[in-house]
Order: sequence, then structure tokens, then C-alpha cells
Amino acid sequence: MAIAFPFSAIVGQDEMKRCITLAAVDPAIGGVLVFGDRGTGKSTAVRALAALLPRMQVVDGCRYGCDPASATRLCSECQERAKTGPLPHHAAPVPVVDLPLGASEDRVVGALDLERALSRGEKAFEPGLLARANRGFLYVDEVNLLEDHLVDLLIDVAASGENVVERDGLSVRHPARFVLVGSGNPEEGELRPQLLDRFGLSVEVKTPTDLPLRIDVVRRRDAFERDPEAFIAAWDGADSALRESILAARARLSSVEVPDAALEQAAKLCIALGTDGLRAELTLMRTARALAAFAGDAVVTLAHLKTIAPPALRHRLRRNPLDDSGSSTRVARALDEVFPG
Amino acid sequence: MSAAEDAALTALLFAVDPQACGGVCLRAGAGPARDSFLSFVRDLLPETKFRRVPLSISEGRLLGGLDLAATLRAGRPVAERGLLAEADGGVLLLAMAERIQPATAARLTNVLDTGTVTTARDGVAMTQPAHVAMIALDEGIEDERVAEPLRDRMAFLLDLDGISAIDTDALEGDVDTLAAARRLLPHVTSSDEVLTALCSTAMALGIPALRASQMALRVARIAAALAGRDAVALQDAALAARLVLSPRATVLPPAPPDAPQDVPPEPEPDAEPPPDELPPEPPPEAPSDGADNDAEGSDLPEGEVVLEAARAAIPAGLLAQLRANEANRLQPRAAGKAGAPKPAGQRGRPAGIRREAPGKGNRLNLVETLRAAAPWQRLRQQTASDPSRLQIRPDDFHVTRFKQRAETTTIFAVDASGSAAANRLAEAKGAVELLLADCYIRRDQVSVIAFRGRAAEILLPPTRSLVRAKRSLAGLPGGGGTPLAAGIDAAIALAESVRRRGGTPVVVLLTDGRANVTAAGTGGRAKAEAEAMEAATRLRLSAVTTLLVDTSPRPAPVARTLAAAMSAHYLPLPYADPAMLSRVAQDAARTR
Repeated sequence: MAIAFPFSAIVGQDEMKRCITLAAVDPAIGGVLVFGDRGTGKSTAVRALAALLPRMQVVDGCRYGCDPASATRLCSECQERAKTGPLPHHAAPVPVVDLPLGASEDRVVGALDLERALSRGEKAFEPGLLARANRGFLYVDEVNLLEDHLVDLLIDVAASGENVVERDGLSVRHPARFVLVGSGNPEEGELRPQLLDRFGLSVEVKTPTDLPLRIDVVRRRDAFERDPEAFIAAWDGADSALRESILAARARLSSVEVPDAALEQAAKLCIALGTDGLRAELTLMRTARALAAFAGDAVVTLAHLKTIAPPALRHRLRRNPLDDSGSSTRVARALDEVFPG
Repeated sequence: MSAAEDAALTALLFAVDPQACGGVCLRAGAGPARDSFLSFVRDLLPETKFRRVPLSISEGRLLGGLDLAATLRAGRPVAERGLLAEADGGVLLLAMAERIQPATAARLTNVLDTGTVTTARDGVAMTQPAHVAMIALDEGIEDERVAEPLRDRMAFLLDLDGISAIDTDALEGDVDTLAAARRLLPHVTSSDEVLTALCSTAMALGIPALRASQMALRVARIAAALAGRDAVALQDAALAARLVLSPRATVLPPAPPDAPQDVPPEPEPDAEPPPDELPPEPPPEAPSDGADNDAEGSDLPEGEVVLEAARAAIPAGLLAQLRANEANRLQPRAAGKAGAPKPAGQRGRPAGIRREAPGKGNRLNLVETLRAAAPWQRLRQQTASDPSRLQIRPDDFHVTRFKQRAETTTIFAVDASGSAAANRLAEAKGAVELLLADCYIRRDQVSVIAFRGRAAEILLPPTRSLVRAKRSLAGLPGGGGTPLAAGIDAAIALAESVRRRGGTPVVVLLTDGRANVTAAGTGGRAKAEAEAMEAATRLRLSAVTTLLVDTSPRPAPVARTLAAAMSAHYLPLPYADPAMLSRVAQDAARTR
């Protein structure tokens, strides 16, 4: 893997950076979709994410990276081991797994271990990308070009948090809770609504049209290319500060109060926009809470809601082909109507 | 500098640092011009691997996967490197690059961005270095061109049209010069003024993509290194602007008032406004002082010099081309014209397993293969050289077959003439938008043809993007005559092309049936109507499912006759409420 461009050094694109940061604060928000123009740093931002994530505890020798502290989400092997005593564990980086286009299903869900099958005639399960992404992030670049059968598979696993493999004569199930992160350019094709729904937040990125901003983008990119080590060192402080704030926000998260008034406001907004189901409200609340925690606020307020409503809701609107205004505009309009002033 | 010399200079700059340049998009037919360019590049890069990537390359070969023969020989999985990994450090020659599918383009851009190729298929998972540059051989004609994500990552977009061979006479480029330039390149500095000049030039030329500015900066550095300078000079930036930015221009900035008028005034634009709603970039301020084109010794501010160099490189009279640039920016791939049928079997849902050797995009089904081999093990082990191994023979191979739903492409041919506009173009647009929503739900492709004035025009090649379909409709102006025959013929041509690519076309024709412009583009109602009738017959003979929506204020006999001639479903708009339209279009697609 090439050295990643530092997250803090990305010019502008505040909403994208905020959403990715919030997804790191609370993975339960459910992932981020970044859609927009070419060359706006979509994949750069996601690949930079790994460096921002605090390390996590995993069970020694577990192929699925089980959490020793969570008895209910262990894989079957760890459950067996847990019966005989406390599970040994160590700190490991949070996985950020790339799902490459052209991946075959067997590598994604896992399959028969070819080596053992061919050399020893044994039937053994070799975990795939979903197993590696457990408790971490699964990143799909050009997600709108992903083959249909892989999309189906992701939709299913992302909802259930469990990967069930019934193929090649194998019958295996293992935990696969991951935060789905996707990026793409809508001009090359759109996403199925079901897959859209699996993303907690969606961000639209546009090429900046402001000359000084554009110059900054090119300048920093150029500096990075010419001397990546020095560039990363220069931005290390900013990145570590961000990492610290993410850690602090995580610690504060459970103590952030969500008053009934905020719940009511969220519900009103969702009703006004006619979003389907409760997922919109849940995401709205979780994201607002993460934002409050990140900002150091003790209580979720309307200001938090207003900030995160566009990314939490814009991809959940029913399509209305006669309404030419973009979904961002519709969310903004609803915000003005529901919360005037 | 002539185009032939520019082409040679491009090759030289590219050869200094191919990977930094990303690549060259070489638009030229097969022939001496292209050959001379390629052989010059090869001469400049004698140590470098050049790998040709045929259009038909399989995904496994491109990305790497399981080497089946070696696997069976060794008795353990043996990974095979893909062509991308094999080409590490070299240059890929993309044959017929204009026909590369978006999905393949995405894999290539990923390699260009990361310098690695990640394989996760056929039981093989690996990431290998793949630092490559590309030369895309673009043989496209008219609006066919290389997918935009690929163009975006190549510094040079070179068009060899009208050049018989590149001209290397003026160049002092040889392998030694290049080696010296490469040594100098890491030390070449560039000032903030150069950066600002390149970025503002890109904006003035209406180039939204940021990678273009970045590429221009890299090329300016390379140009400085080639000239033996350790800092980017103004003429380096001007050269980069000319070679990297000019070919991407979508707006022609006004010439400085006092500059020599080497660019004639823009050609008379068509009587109607352009179909695309190109948001005009704010034109740069024209410099108030006198100017000459010479980069050196100029009293122009630096930004103006660079812009002027780029502006002067835009051939005269190309405004129409510029607009096309912008329109094409939204079209990653032109509709296939010479349709190679889409290779079946690589995508879609698994649909059964059968005994067949893998290849041609079929994937080996390992378990079925092992299962087929299992019963024979004891027998085969008696004759095998190494009896402890699993004995698999070629006729054990089973592959998984995939089924891809034949895709429906709905072609909307919209009459946007004056009479239609007066009547109900707006309503027709509304109806089309509702149908679009329907197509979106069914994951159909849609395409929009408009006919008005003298000819028909494909506003939107088949796409699944609702955004683009809506945009092209919103920008559809009304007015002018009704070249109905041209409209129908355009729909037939597009339907044929959809069919060649394995899709199912459905034509939805929205018109009042009142033709008054002949195929030759002249007036004359009688001749135009006769021609429209002939075209309608051709449409019937092409056996494409057709729906004619009559947009006249009152159902008109002429439209009904036309519908009968093309054996189309006829729907007068007053009764054609959207739900009904959608249902009929759907039924039409199903019953064919």
C-alpha cells in the first residue's frame, strides 16, 4: 500500500471530513458514502482514515478479530475458548479493508481453503474480506461499478452483521460487523436504493471553484508527491490532535444527553421529508450525538441536528423525478420549514 | 510550433517521467503518424517494458488469479501475476482505448492512483506493485472517446489528426538528455507564481478537474528539467499549459485586446442556443496593457502569459468542439457503434454449473471439479507419478455460468420542433421524466434523441444515470422545423446499436407527426411527410418495440397513420397519463 495522504491536509471538503470523523467516533452510525466529482480527494480521505483510528483489543489467534470484552459477539471458536477461561488478547490496528473491483465472491465471503483442499484433501474454511473487515471498515471505491451479485451480498451482510457461508460444501457463520464506506462518481451509474440505505451518511463532494482553494489543493498534493515523509511529518501534529479528539469523543459518547425535544425535532424532520422507516431517525440521533460528543457538548441541540441532517437524510428521500432540485436542496428546504428562523 | 513538433515534444516530456505524467491519450487511427509517435517513445525508453493490453483481455489475466495448470502440477495453489503486475515499471499500450468499459477503466485508474494492483479472486488474495504509465490508443471517431476517468489521469491528450508523422527535427532529445533531465527533476523547484498561473489558466479555460492543474505542474517541472533549469521558468509553465490544459479547454477565453488576432472570431454559432447548459466560467479579465505572445521578455503578468500560451494553442474556430468537450465530459463512453457483442458469463447471477474448461470469462467451480475427479482417484493413482496427490484431468473441469438479464434500453425520441414546443413540449418532458423514474426502478438504460430544426441529435447516449437524463431533458430547447424522418432514423440507428450490444431497445417517439423538414434538411411539408412515412416503415421492419405518443393538441390522424406505419402502440397525450405511459412501455418491453 502506498503511503496515505494525511487526513488533516485535505483542503476544504468539510462535510466529507466531518462525516468520516463522526463515523470513526461512533461506528454504529453505519458508514459513509462519498459521491461526487473526480479528483476531489474522495478515496484519499477514506484511505487516510486508517491512520486516525485508535487501536482496538482483539482475541489472540482469532481469524475474525473478535472483541474479548463482548461475550455476545464472539465467533464460534472464541465462544468455545471462552468457556475455559478469559480470552488472551492484544492491541491491533482497526482494519480498513479495500474491496477491490473485480473481486470474486469466494474471496469476499470466504471459501474452501484451496491449499489444504488440493494438497491434503481437507475441507477447511478460508475467511474472506468480510472476516478481515469485522469490527473495522470495508471500503469500496467506485461502489457504483460493483458487480450486482457482490452488491446483494453486501446489502445482506451489512444489515445482519453476520456472514453466513453455505457454499463449496461448507457451512460456516461468523461475525462480520463492519462500517461500509463507499465512494464513486454518480455520472458513471447510480446505486440501488437498498444499498444506499445501508450507508448511514452520504456526502456530496464538488470540485472547488474558488481559485485560492484550488491552488491550495494542487500545492499540498505537489508537496506530498515530492517528499511524502516530510509532508506527513509536517501534518503529524494535526492528525494526532484529531486522533485524540476522536478518542475523547468516544469516551464522552455514552454520557451525551439526547433530550426528548431533540427526538421530537428529528421525527418532525423525517416526517416532513417523508423518509421511509425508522433508520433515518436513528441515524439522525446517533450522528447528532457523535457530533455533540466530538464538539464537547453535553446535550444534543437543534444546532447539531441541523448540521448533520443533510448527510444523514439526503440519500433516504423518495425519488421524485418531477422535482428537479437536488436532494440536498430538499433537505435544506425541509429544515427551513420545520425549524423556521 | 507545429502540431507535428508538439507531438514529438510530448513524447520527449512523457519519456522523462512516464509515471508522473500518467500517460498519453493518443487519438489517431492506426497508421504512420501513430507508429512514428510510438516508435519515438520506444527509442527514448529503450530499457522500459511496453505491454500491449488488448481490449478483450480477461479480468483474470489483467489482475492476476490462479494459475490453474501450475496449481494442478504443483498440487498447491499457484498464483499467476496479472498483466498489470507484470508491467510494473513499464508502459501499458491500451488498444482501442475508446471502447474500454467503465468497469475496466475503474480498475486501471485504481492502479494508476495507488501504484499497486490488488487481486481478490479465484482463491488468490495479493497486492503487488504496479507502477505503470499508459498510452491509450484512441481510435474513436466523432464522439467516441476514452472514458473520462482515464483521460483525467493522463497528462497529455494528443490528437494526431492531420499529421503524417511526428517531427523530431527541432528536438535535441536523446537517451542521455533524458537521463540528465531525470537526475535534475527531483531538484526542480517551482514558485507560487507558476502554481497560481497554472491554476488560474485551468479555471479560465473552464477545466473543472483539479488533476489537470496538478498534471500541468508536473509537466512544467519536467520541461524545466529537460531544459536544464533547476527552477520552473515562465516558458515551462506556458508549455505545460499549452500541452496539458489546452486540449481540455471547454471555454475559449477572450484574447487580450491588443494581441495579434491569430484567432479568428468564433464561428457563427448555430441559430439556436447550444443544447447543453454549459455554465460559462467567468472569463478572465483581459489584460489592459499591450501584449505579445512571446513568453520571454513579455511585460504581461505571469498568469496572463501562461493563459495566452494555452489560448493560442487552441486551434481557431473550435468553439463548437469546446462545447462538445463539455458535453462529452458527461459521457464516459459513447454508445457502441461497431458493436462487439458483450462477452457473456462474467457478470450477473450464478445460473448453474456445467462441465467445461475454464476460460473465456468462465470461472472454475472448484468443488464440482473436485467432486468430478474424486471417484477416479484410486484408478488414476495407480498410473500417476506421484500417487499421493490429487489426480485431476482436464475433463473434470466444471465452470459456474452466470446469467445477465438482457437489459432494456428505452430510447426517447422527442420532437422539439416549434409546433411541438407550442403545443406541449413541457408535458412531453414531464411524461418522459416519469418514464425515467420507472426506468430507474427497473434499472433500465435510457437514451434521449431530440429532433428539431434541421436534424436529429443524440442528447444522451444510453445511460443508467437519472441525473444525466434529467439534465439533458431540462436543457432541451424547443423551436424550429420538424425533421421527423431524421428523428426516426436516428432512433432506428441507436436501437440497432443497442441490439448489437445485446440489449433490448424500446423506442418511445413523442411527436405531433407534422413533419416539415426533409432528411436533406430543407423545407417542404409533402416531401417531409412522405419521408417520415418511409422512415416509419423502416422502423417497423427493424422490429423494435415502439410507442408513439401523440403530442398534438387534439389527436391527429397524421400521427395515428404514422403509428400504424411503424406498427407502434399509439397514445394521444391527453389520455396518456404517466402511469399509463409507463405501463404500456413496460408491457411493450415484455411482449417483444
